[in-house]
Amino acid sequence: MAPRKPKPKPKRAGDGETPGDVRPKLAVWKFASCDGCQLTLLDCEDALLEIAAKVEIANFPEASRAIVRGPYDVSLVEGSITTSHDAERIHTIRRASKVLVAIGACATSGGIQALRNFAEVGGWMTAVYGRPDAIPTLRASTPISDHVKVDFELHGCPISKEQLIRVLGAILRGNVPRLPHHSVCLDCKRNGTVCVTVAEGQPCLGPVTRCGCGALCPSHGRGCYGCFGPLAEANFGGMGRLLEVKGVDAAGRARLFRGIYGAAEAFRVESESHGRNRT
Amino acid sequence: MAGTVPRKLRVEVLARIEGEAGLDIAVKRDGRVEAHLAVFEPPRLFEGFLRGRDFREAPDLTARICGICPVAYQTSACQAMERACGVTVGGAVRDLRRLLYFGEWIESHALHVHLLHGPDFLGYESGIHMAADHPEPVVRGLRLKKVGNDLMTLLGGREIHPVGMRVGGFWRAPRLEAMRAMREPLLRAIDDAVAAARWTGTLDIPEFERDYLFLALRHDDEYAIVDGRLATNNGFDADVDAFERHVVEVHAQHSNALQSTFDGQAFLTGPLARFALSRELLSPRAKEAARELGLNGPCMNPFRSIHVRAVETIHAAEEALAIVERFEPIERAYVDVEPREGSGCGASEAPRGLLYHRYRIDAGGSILEARIVPPTAQNQKSMEEDLVRWVGAHPELDDERLGWTCEQAIRNHDPCISCATHFLRVRVNRE
Ligand code: SF4
Ligand code: SF4
Ligand code: SF4
Repeated sequence: MAPRKPKPKPKRAGDGETPGDVRPKLAVWKFASCDGCQLTLLDCEDALLEIAAKVEIANFPEASRAIVRGPYDVSLVEGSITTSHDAERIHTIRRASKVLVAIGACATSGGIQALRNFAEVGGWMTAVYGRPDAIPTLRASTPISDHVKVDFELHGCPISKEQLIRVLGAILRGNVPRLPHHSVCLDCKRNGTVCVTVAEGQPCLGPVTRCGCGALCPSHGRGCYGCFGPLAEANFGGMGRLLEVKGVDAAGRARLFRGIYGAAEAFRVESESHGRNRT
Repeated sequence: MAGTVPRKLRVEVLARIEGEAGLDIAVKRDGRVEAHLAVFEPPRLFEGFLRGRDFREAPDLTARICGICPVAYQTSACQAMERACGVTVGGAVRDLRRLLYFGEWIESHALHVHLLHGPDFLGYESGIHMAADHPEPVVRGLRLKKVGNDLMTLLGGREIHPVGMRVGGFWRAPRLEAMRAMREPLLRAIDDAVAAARWTGTLDIPEFERDYLFLALRHDDEYAIVDGRLATNNGFDADVDAFERHVVEVHAQHSNALQSTFDGQAFLTGPLARFALSRELLSPRAKEAARELGLNGPCMNPFRSIHVRAVETIHAAEEALAIVERFEPIERAYVDVEPREGSGCGASEAPRGLLYHRYRIDAGGSILEARIVPPTAQNQKSMEEDLVRWVGAHPELDDERLGWTCEQAIRNHDPCISCATHFLRVRVNRE
């Protein structure tokens, strides 16, 4: 997705943490997710204290008990919307945020929990909890952009550290973040990784998957399973036919597209063309 | 007797901003305390959508349950599938699996000790706030954490949801030079972990003891991590496949997380349980640090879990170093696993406790049924009992102090309800 122009420039960074702190306020919010994307921020060990000095961490429950009231200059939103309560909460967060960045597969596509969108949720609730009516949950898991305006989407399950730092940096400087926009497949060529499809006939979604991971799976000798989501304008039908030629049966093809990013439009459509909905 | 002044404490989990998970504590007029840990983490229905997936997909899919302990999910899932298919993974490949898992232990424990739990004892809102006055432990903690992450990256490609593991082992064997390059950082990590343990020894730990029923994996010749037998501190010992006959999950009204009991009782899994059952198998320097911290027998004070975590970090770094040092290049880092009809379970020791998986698959390898019991679900009842006892024992604390210590009492167990309950806010209402 093309980056949208962020809203007004945040205030100049300052130091100290007085009540009149002028550093831009950063908030991190969680919806249905595994916490992996926000943990990515804590995993920036070398840059963490540096980042923490440049922004005021105003809301980041995973890292701090301190909560500063909005409005927030930048909100990072992790997770998908799966309850009616969350569908309301995201609006409050949007109102309190100047720039809202959806981070990760969950927030940008509904995430792995969007596999429910293909099935009868009631049956699954019974499988997990014993009673389908026990827990309030929506039939579908939806991305943040289905509910509110999102200024920028950062993809991946989990997101990449480097991309996160880059995007945060650009937004804090008041710039429009730009990220490379090509396939995992191209990174394989750049890295000189032997193609697992050509060499071993393994199924690989690299040709239709957005870059960002540095072509990790092929470098480990396995095919890509699409955890950075579909690359816009890729040839998904061609990918499906290639998998068929390589001997992947229809159910296997449907499953491959219906994974971490299964609810992303391009993967969903392609997956449905190979297999019927499961229940 | 005039009776107790009734109180009500409400703890909101800030990770679920508007109190989606929380804590409700009521002190009754007769002095009785009631505590409910309410988990409103939205259900993600993994056990539902795993049905119909291929058995080889389980490690990548279940990793997404938790970003803090993906390796635990991958390990338990792989083992369950290997068992279902009648395959055992041993030797060098099992070593690599332990190495990856030690990476996760180091990463997770360093994070918890320095950034999540440690600040509580010194009265800071976060590790980042603490860093302003106490840079040393924070910087050391981050350095230590990074070594854990580097091990995960070496074997898995990345720290969160690594891609290196597969049913049967690893997709690719690590290169000798890459393994050797971990030697120096691990030596340093051992020193850092020892220093961290000493630092936890300077913290002011509340006096508080509980009579826990501990459940952990136990292994004959190692401090169990990737596998073992089920054991408790009251003599129970059984194969992992006995798990579901003893651990029963119920759905409590106030929570979206299922609660477990062991033969009808609340029980605890995690560092205190492992330490109680296997401490004689710790590495030399870990043992020494335990002695220095005065951990001479099973530790029944949950606030001291920070000590045990630091000790386990030393152990993890020492064992990881041993694996790195004895590593010899291997061609293939996996064994073939062909599906067959049947079922299998697997359990491993996630940083915060025992993680159990069971799958039933058909002859073609399609998953027919999945059961996953994470550590936090198992610990939930014990956590509630901790609160009841803590609040009951401290009528003198004012609401603010009581609230903070209750949060701390929950953080003692590093809960991971999708890892959301690390940070809680307390609101107090007088009845
Ligand atoms: S996108 Fe993946 S890593 Fe990020 S929160 Fe969702 S499941 Fe976790
Ligand atoms: S392994 Fe996959 S991503 Fe890499 S070149 Fe081959 S098809 Fe493309
Ligand atoms: S699945 Fe694809 S996008 Fe994800 S890490 Fe592997 S190669 Fe990269």
